[in-house]
Order: sequence, then structure tokens, then C-alpha cells
Amino acid sequence: MLEKVLKGSPKYYMWLAFLGGLIGVGAITYLFQLKYGLSLTGMSRNVTWGFYIAQFTYLVGIAASAVMLVLPAYFHGYKQFKKIIIFGEFMAIGAVIMCMLFIVVDMGMPQRMLNVMLHPTFNSVMFYDMMVLIGYLCLNAIIGWKTLECERFQVVPPQWVKYLIYTSVIWAFSIHTVTAFLSQGLPGRHYWLTAVLAARFLASAFCAGPALLLLLLMIVKRIAKFEIGKEAIKTLTIIITYAMCLNVFLFLCEVFTSFYSNIPGHMHPLHYLFAGTEQGLPWVTYWMWIGAVMAIGSLVLLIPTSLRENMKILPWALGMLVLATWIDKGLGLIIGGFAPSPFETWASYAPTVPELLISLGIFAVGAFVVSILWKIAIDVKKEAGTL
Amino acid sequence: MYNSKYVISGLVIFLAVFSYPFWGNLASKDYTGPKLSLPTDQKQCIEPVEFMRSQHMTLLNQWRDSALREGKRVYVASNGATWDASLQKTCMSCHTNKAEFCDTCHLENAVEPYCWTCHVPPKGNE
Amino acid sequence: MKRSRRQFLKVASLSVAGLGAQLAAGGMTKAAAAVKPSYKEDALALKAKRWAMVIDTREFTSKEDFDACINACNTAHNIPHIPGKTEIKWIWKDAYEHTFTDTTNKYQSKEIEDREYFMLCNHCENPPCVRVCPTQATYKLESGIVAMDYHRCIGCRFCMAGCPFGARSFNFTDPRPYIKEVNPKFPTRMIGVVEKCNFCVERLDAGKLPACVEAAQGKIHFGDLSDPESEVRKLLEENFTLRRKPSLGTEPGVFYII
Repeated sequence: MLEKVLKGSPKYYMWLAFLGGLIGVGAITYLFQLKYGLSLTGMSRNVTWGFYIAQFTYLVGIAASAVMLVLPAYFHGYKQFKKIIIFGEFMAIGAVIMCMLFIVVDMGMPQRMLNVMLHPTFNSVMFYDMMVLIGYLCLNAIIGWKTLECERFQVVPPQWVKYLIYTSVIWAFSIHTVTAFLSQGLPGRHYWLTAVLAARFLASAFCAGPALLLLLLMIVKRIAKFEIGKEAIKTLTIIITYAMCLNVFLFLCEVFTSFYSNIPGHMHPLHYLFAGTEQGLPWVTYWMWIGAVMAIGSLVLLIPTSLRENMKILPWALGMLVLATWIDKGLGLIIGGFAPSPFETWASYAPTVPELLISLGIFAVGAFVVSILWKIAIDVKKEAGTL
Repeated sequence: MYNSKYVISGLVIFLAVFSYPFWGNLASKDYTGPKLSLPTDQKQCIEPVEFMRSQHMTLLNQWRDSALREGKRVYVASNGATWDASLQKTCMSCHTNKAEFCDTCHLENAVEPYCWTCHVPPKGNE
Repeated sequence: MKRSRRQFLKVASLSVAGLGAQLAAGGMTKAAAAVKPSYKEDALALKAKRWAMVIDTREFTSKEDFDACINACNTAHNIPHIPGKTEIKWIWKDAYEHTFTDTTNKYQSKEIEDREYFMLCNHCENPPCVRVCPTQATYKLESGIVAMDYHRCIGCRFCMAGCPFGARSFNFTDPRPYIKEVNPKFPTRMIGVVEKCNFCVERLDAGKLPACVEAAQGKIHFGDLSDPESEVRKLLEENFTLRRKPSLGTEPGVFYII
């Protein structure tokens, strides 16, 4: 099936070349970071994680969200999703690869990366995070590839694939839970020290992931000329809407707990994010409010059935939703965790240009991987007449 | 087999290049190790020369783990002599010339240990 | 043809992997079977079940009092002087409200509020940094000291997110150019690793008290917290002391006489 990668239109090649260029820019910038260290980033002694880890957190959610297609299709026999499952699984592969790259570029000593495996440490959540990410990558690669191959030869997938699929459903929940556990078990980081963080992560992932998938599918279906299926879109948008409602609800639970308890440490992060400090408003305040407005806007457009089923409005609603969750679970979460420093001072952070260029390069890697995999899937499906 | 002409000639070229180190060495002179500047006031290292030559890196790793993780900072050598398990305080007190001792051999063997990004070589040897 | 090529590749790649593994395993056993070395502790080594520090904050009145200790530490451990938000510090001083963030009262003694206080790694009994480190580059010694192996640190900075005391610093840049005079008795660190106060474990193992304790000339006390007869225990019984953020349950080993 790999040969499908090599046969494409000039536009397809131009797209890959464009991504290749971005990857090149990111890689060259990364060489500078290797030489001059993380001093090229906006991180500091008090804000030790920044844009990279924020993207990592967000993308684990995107990866996990493939389960929102797999679960209805395989656990409940919902046939409408079967056509597009492969796109979710292949997007998950791209997302996990980006996650891994974001972790690597965030390391001070990437050449010692294998120490995590040479000295396995079972009390560190980071160890489990590595395990679940690698496991999820393998699961999706094997499942995706095998089911697509069977579709090509028009045979029923072997029984073992089914067991792997069931495993991948549980695995998807676990990868994002473990990612939340990275942050939520740390004493002294009030914004993260909350039992609903994992639940919030899952809710946010299960709306943002399918929303991104649907947006991308809407673009690709125009280029490759195929139909996603009205029923599938309808059901998926309902899933997205419920998950987003849950996401916003859980966030409001945080707001209530912090402000009704009136415990300063719990109020500080939210105060910093949405109301700034005595000295003024940090850039992140505008950023967070954009996120909040986008979140409400997306719900306004998604909850009424008449608006949700309007194909002209839907892309806007999905776009706003993706942006809102990206702001909240990306930099919002990281800055909220670090801004009140251990000394009860305010620690500011903003990503630098090199940081953004390297991140852009990694996003391009993800887009490259997803483009190639989707190209294979579309060509195979067209040949088999299943698209 | 199709294209056998190209396949076989390609294989031959590959094998020739791949085995170059073997037949290339047959033609060249015998290898002589680099000349190291050895300490003048000491006759013997903490362990036999052969062991030190092949295992110094393993020994240093053991020193590190013993000193840092177990607090055992005294090394009892195979001849019973005791030494401070410290690269800077023990090794470099005799081998005071890093450039002519460590680097000569490491360069020859194309290994680049990064000990010296943290550990401090004796002064006047840079 | 197609099937057989595929099978050939499978068998070939497995064989190569197997051969490689065997070679690697052989190399490792060979390296291990060397001269049987043994290691022992220095006869002078100072020992304790639980090292702890008691800082008499009443005695630190002038800038010189603080600087003596800070400079002693900086020299002993080759700590670079990097200005700005990426600074490296093992022991430093700060105001009351930054040190004792959850013990700030209104209208309290002006004298206590205006005093400055040392901050350093607390060498906690339940250190979150050890819990989160994915490579055991940070670990707890039997003596209660939270130590680091800079050779193993991958620079993920999880420990810095985990430490509620802000005791850790990261080498965002190469520290060497920022060290005025390198002390040849101690290594420096390299770009990309985390570092922090080590309670001068290298000095204790050689029978000496920590550098800051020595430089403080009696204003900082150091001893075994598990020994009821020790000086630090006596001081704790006789004086009112605070610890930083005790509510987090990490059990800090640094006490402040107020």
C-alpha cells in the first residue's frame, strides 16, 4: 500500500514540499537550540515548561480522540463511522508522533533520552507516559494498517485485530489520563492539583479531536472528492457538542471550587489568567478571554439542532471549538500552573520566535505524516469502492 | 532474475566498498598506538595498565555510582591500595596533562567523552 | 516472488537484530567481568540517619552575614552567576512573605517581617522531585539527603514542576562562562541539566560540615534529626521554629528559628 504515497498530483507534491520546507526551518532552528540550550525559549527558573509541553498536552488529547469513532463503531456496532475510522486512527498516529517530538525538543539533554528506559522508574508518571504513548502509536499503526489492508483485499479482518481494537479503546482513555496525572499529582501547583483534571482533559480531548478531524475531513473531501456521510457528521457533531458541554461544565466546577472556598492559592491562577495582576494585564489575559468567548460561541452554534446541522455554519463552530480548547488546555494550563511561583510572586512567560519556529516544524511533521497516511487510505478506499 | 547485470555489478561494488577496512589494512603499515605523556613521578596506575586501558570508562562509571549513590568514596584497588574515587582529585593529580594523555588517545579512536564539560582538568593544560 | 521477498526480509531483519543483541550482550558481560573492585566509606565521614539544618534567623542581621554563606556555597560548588530569570542558585535570601508563603500574618512584628531569610533545598522526607524524576537522577540517600546525579539528568524539568519550594535551577545555557574562578575540587555542571543544593554531601562524606554552616560561624546548625541528643533537636525544643509549607506533607529538613 506504500506505493500510493509515490503517485499523486502535482498539488499533492507541492503540499508535501511546503511541509518539508517548514520542517527544514524547524530543524535548523532546533540545531541552534541544541547549541545554545533552552535559553532560546521564553522559559525561566519559575516557568519551566512552556509552549512545547502545552502542545504535547493538547496533542495527546487529539490522539486519544480517535476513540470517539472507534468506540461507537466497535462497541455499539454503529456502522456509519466505519468509513472514517481509519482517518481518526491515522490522525492519532500523526498526533502521537508530534507529542513525542515535543517532548524531545523540550529536553535539556535529548541525547540521554534513553535513560528513561535504561533506568525505568515506576514511581514516575513520565515513565508511564512514555510507555502508553509508544503503545498507542503501535496499536494505531497495526490496527489502521491491517484493517485498511483487509479493506483493500475485501476480506474480513482477522479476529486478533478486534482484540487489539478493544485494547486501543481502553488505551486511548489511559494515555490522556496519564498525561493529566503528570500535572495533577504535583503538590504546590494549585491550578493542576485537582481530581477533575483528568476528566477535564478527556472531555476537552473528546470534543477537540473529533472537531479537528471533521474540519480536516471537510477540506480533504473537497480535494479528493468523496462524501463523509450525513449520518456520520450528524452523530459526530452531537458527540462533540456533549463533550464540549462537559468540558465547559468541568471548568466552571474549578471556578466555583476556587472562588467559593476563597482559598488564595486556588484563586491565584484563575485570577492571573483572567484578571491579570496588580501591575496590569499580561498578554495571556487577552488570550484566555479569546478562548472563553470562542468556547461560548462554539456552544451557541452547536447546541441548537438547526444551527448544528447547517453545513455552512458547522466549520465555524468547529474552528472556534478547536481554538478555545487549544487555548485552555495548551498555554492556559501551563501558564496557570506556573504563573503563581513557589514564592507567591508572579512569573511571566511568553514563547519566543525560535520556540514557535521549532513548534511549527513539528506541526509540519505531523501534517506530513497525516497527509501521507490519509493519501494511502483515500486511494485504497477509492480502489476498493468503499469511500 | 531480471536486471541481473545491474544487480550483480551493484553487489560487487557494494562488497568492495564495505570490506575496504579489511583489505585496505592489509596493504598499509602496522598500527602503532598514539604516544601518551605518562606521569614521570609514578610508576604504576591504580590498576594494571591493561585493565586501565580497556576498562577505565567502566571503572569511572562504577566510581560515580558508588560515590554518588552509596556514599562510598574510597576505592580499594586489587592490590589493596586505597584511592579517593574522584576523577578530578585522583586521576588528574597524576595525569595532569589532559591534552597529551586523554585527548591523544580519544582523538585517535574517534571517541568524544564529554567528561570535561563538567569536570575540571588541572590548570595549564588547555 | 512477492511473498518470498517479504519473508526473506522478515527473516533477514530478525537475524540481524538477533546478532546485534548477542554482540551487545556479549560486550556487556565482558565489561562486567573485570577486576573485582571494592568500595568503602571514608573513615572520617560524618553520619546521620536524618540530616537537618536549623537556621537561627535572629542572628542574620547584615548583608555580610548572608553573603559569607552564599559565597562559601557558590565557591565550593562552582555556581555560575547568571543574571535574570534563568539564574542558578543553591542558597539565597528573600523576604519573609516569599519564604513563609502560608504563614504570613497581618500586623506582625515589624522586626520579623523586615528580616531576610535563607532559602535552599529542604531535603524533604517525602520529596516530590524524587517521586517524579523519570531516570532516578534525583534520589534520596539513606542519610535523608536528596541528591542528584548530573550524569543522568535528561533535563525534562519535571522535578522543577514538582518542587513546591522553587529550590531547583536549570542550566538554560552553558554555565562555564559565568563562573569567575573555577574551583578545581568540584565539577561544574553542563548545559541542559537541573541542579540544586546537595547539603554538601561531598563534604559530609569527607568529615566536614556543609560550606554554609562553616561560613555561618554558629548561626546555622547542622545535625541528626533522628537523634534526641543532637544539637539540632535541642534547639528545636528550646526555640520556636518554622518550616516552609509544612501543609504539603513533604516534611522539610530545614528549620528556621524565628
